Amino acid sequence: MSTLGNMRRAMNAEAKRRQRLYWTVLAAVLAVLPWVFSSSFAVSIMTQIGIASIFALSYNMLLGQGGMLSFGHAVYFGLGGFLAMHFMNYIEGGFPLPVPLLPIIGGLIGLLFGVIFGSFSTRRAGTVFAMISLGIAELIASSSLIFVKFFGGEEGITGDRTMGAPFLNFNYATDIEVYYIAAIWTFIAMFAMYWFSRSPMGRMANAVRENPERAEFIGYSQRKVRLISFCASGFFAGLAGGIFAIAYEIVTEETLGLNQSGSVLLMAYIGGIGYFIGPVIGAILLTLLRTVLSNFTDIWLLYLGLIFLATVLFAPAGLSGLLMMHGPAYKARRMGLLLVPYATMAIPILITTIGITGILELAHFAQNTSVDDRVMMLYGIPSNIDSLLPWAVLVGLAGIGIYGIRRAKAGVLEAWDQANAPIAPGGQDKS
Amino acid sequence: MSGAITIAGLHKSFGPAHIIRGITLDIAKGERHAIIGPNGAGKSTLFHLISGRYEPSEGTIELNGSDVSGLPPFDIFRQGLSRSFQVTNIFPRLSVYENIRCAVLWVADYKYSFWHQVDDLDDVNEWTETILEKIGLDGRAFIPAGLLAYAEQRALEIGIAIAGGNDVVLLDEPTAGMSHSETEQAVELIRTVTEGKTLVMVEHDMGVIFDLADRISVLVYGEIIATGTPENIRNNAAVQEAYLGTEADDD
Amino acid sequence: MLEITLFSLLNGTVYGLLLFMLSSGLTLIFSMMGILNFAHASFYALGAYFAFQISRYIGFWPGLIFAPLIVGLIGAGVERYALRHVHKFGHVAELVFTFGLAFLLEEIIQFIWGNDQRPYHGPDILDFPLFVMFGANFPAYKFFMLSISILIFIGLLLVLTKTRVGLIIQAAITHPHMVGMLGHNVPLVFMLTFGTGTALAGIAGVIAGPVMGTYPAMATDLGSIVFVVVVIGGLGSLGGALVASLLIGIVQTFAVAINVSVNDFLNLIGVSFGPDHFLVDLWTMTLPMMAPLIPYLMLILILIFRPTGLFGNRET
Repeated sequence: MSTLGNMRRAMNAEAKRRQRLYWTVLAAVLAVLPWVFSSSFAVSIMTQIGIASIFALSYNMLLGQGGMLSFGHAVYFGLGGFLAMHFMNYIEGGFPLPVPLLPIIGGLIGLLFGVIFGSFSTRRAGTVFAMISLGIAELIASSSLIFVKFFGGEEGITGDRTMGAPFLNFNYATDIEVYYIAAIWTFIAMFAMYWFSRSPMGRMANAVRENPERAEFIGYSQRKVRLISFCASGFFAGLAGGIFAIAYEIVTEETLGLNQSGSVLLMAYIGGIGYFIGPVIGAILLTLLRTVLSNFTDIWLLYLGLIFLATVLFAPAGLSGLLMMHGPAYKARRMGLLLVPYATMAIPILITTIGITGILELAHFAQNTSVDDRVMMLYGIPSNIDSLLPWAVLVGLAGIGIYGIRRAKAGVLEAWDQANAPIAPGGQDKS
Repeated sequence: MSGAITIAGLHKSFGPAHIIRGITLDIAKGERHAIIGPNGAGKSTLFHLISGRYEPSEGTIELNGSDVSGLPPFDIFRQGLSRSFQVTNIFPRLSVYENIRCAVLWVADYKYSFWHQVDDLDDVNEWTETILEKIGLDGRAFIPAGLLAYAEQRALEIGIAIAGGNDVVLLDEPTAGMSHSETEQAVELIRTVTEGKTLVMVEHDMGVIFDLADRISVLVYGEIIATGTPENIRNNAAVQEAYLGTEADDD
Repeated sequence: MLEITLFSLLNGTVYGLLLFMLSSGLTLIFSMMGILNFAHASFYALGAYFAFQISRYIGFWPGLIFAPLIVGLIGAGVERYALRHVHKFGHVAELVFTFGLAFLLEEIIQFIWGNDQRPYHGPDILDFPLFVMFGANFPAYKFFMLSISILIFIGLLLVLTKTRVGLIIQAAITHPHMVGMLGHNVPLVFMLTFGTGTALAGIAGVIAGPVMGTYPAMATDLGSIVFVVVVIGGLGSLGGALVASLLIGIVQTFAVAINVSVNDFLNLIGVSFGPDHFLVDLWTMTLPMMAPLIPYLMLILILIFRPTGLFGNRET
């Protein structure tokens, strides 16, 4: 057995150990979460995060792994949701299917339409693929108002998940029961999608993304590889849609609309398309923004747009990419070097954020308020929009923050170089 | 036909540009055949036609006796032909290991499987490691291929071509851009990995050609003006005039 | 029947030429820089909103001149400071950027001007019916739209074919790399191209705002159709963009005007279904209902059978 072979076996064994740990921790966390955050609001958010994670991971099978940018992925999500909803109504009418298995129905229709639309979408990648996906998205979105029987017109289709045969004592009426359905499916789907990415098909999907031409010269049809990825991605998106149907008991044309397609793109990209876990991070972030942040401000979508654009411009590898960048430093046990510089950068960033968001919030308030109501509660401080003081303070904060960022930048870069410096021969680093 | 590659009356035009103007060539099994010619003669185009990147405008190409004219590259690969590229054509963000492993997956019969896990496929992994050792990249196995040095990338390029074990191998200017010592190493590598296989090579380095080739074809303006042993070609007047110039050897 | 045909033809042409103004800018940008500017329709919206703002304080006609200039400047700035930076991250990143830009611009518009439709009107001087036919008005303002669109088209044609700049642009459309090697300042050309393309979108916004409505979603409503036009016409072909714009504009306008349903057609051949048939939605589908679908159906068909579009010579 060669040295390379031994190295590879050791690496694989190590990786397997780590993975077993991760999956166990994930299962434990999923199981225990509703006991830690037990409010109804929190449980509902966790369910949403689960659905969004599956949806975003399915999207990344196309984008991150396959290099295919789709503007219409919600089509499979929505169609899955609609069919699952119809079956939920059939179950109410006596159809012998347990409610928790509805997501499979969603997945199957996602797979079916993946095959149908994939048959002509996946001939090419790149811009043509993106355009076809947009065309399909618009087509389906428009036809949803025409085919009222299936899509329910403007009101959508509703159902009742408690009308099926109960399992043990559960009839899925409470939020916690729904959460566990979502959590179990999230675990299964994540595992399956990860398994797919480590299969021969999954590896070739990466190869086709990197160099579709060369992949053909080593025996693979790039079209077929893309098609299989596309169908698998449609299946999981439909699965997520099925869980959505169970959780919300209503599916409308918005579920398969362009906004939904846009949001999954944002989730995957902000989280980072280069790592498996990236879309999950993006799903968590975006769900929290949508549910929690929207309670504090009306203009959270504006912030989302700014965050997204900042990601594309300055951190195209996304949050997971930023985290993974620290891998070498972590392995060399030099993370400590970064602590202080990061803190000196984090504080000015916080101040700048307060300043800029404050200005935006105040401006938004000023635009939409009446002549009587001139005082806004901004970060807990009553601020009179007619007085110059709050504006000056906020602008000042933003200015100080930006100055602080500039000052801290050099220190951060230097610490970064130090943390990533190659280890001197002999194994021990000299710092 | 017992030949490895049999080309008959091959033509290729791109619009009005008639690049390949009638080629007929027989390459026997196990032969080492070099194709030389001035720039623009159509050597790479010929490779693209044989390997399926382009479709012939006219004429036929047979591989091991079956007609492969106009088939897509993956079909021709599956019938037993591999090729490398003149401009390095690897999978840059995949590791060196993965580059070779991907080249092995189809031949190892895993095809489009999404139920196996590559990390558990001992047969594929051991095969990959053997190839990596052969091409001398086992010490760089886990680096992203895009970060390799130029000569290492050329070695990987050859590695991807031969990893699958196909019997007919096309190498397009394998030593392009290499120094003298790198070229020597590459020639040794090529000799080793194509042992017992049919090798067709486009090359400009006469030393390499006279070292490796059993027969040479000279391609000028899309036509083969001479085919023969290195000695014959060296002494062929038409070839000297068209390509080698008045002096005949440069090593 | 004649009145429907005539009015649909007229309205369809107005709409089609509006689409052309938008798609010409998009084609220009795509041809020169290889970027499909997802945010193109957002600049259209910005044009309308800026013109609205200017028309409120100064007048409509200054708006017509200054709003496109402002939009063009913003566009040039976006190219210089953002797009150029993203370019090195690859093709996908560029597309995602323009998508994000479209999203952000819509949010900014909502932030500044609010969610409701803004009362942006044409000038009073054009507020009269140009002619009355079969009892229906054809507003003078629409004729104004027509005229401006045609003027711009002629202007583009003249610049492209008769001026030196135009020849460079024509060359760059088919051979972008060569143009750089011939010594032209390619980054500057890119910036000017993006600025001009977005300014064209801005002009479209200025003149279409009063008719199509000035509201935050105006970008998304029109944006997708503009893509369809550009792809059907052929990526990289201005002539194709014109033909496709008029085609889609007229076909859609006719579809909305002719109220026939699938049922009517089926009855013609003697088939009819009751209202409880499970495919009832399909039979009661009318042409006006299908009108929004038609461009996308055409898009998908073209991308399947002729990805280079009707007149294009490049795929991506």
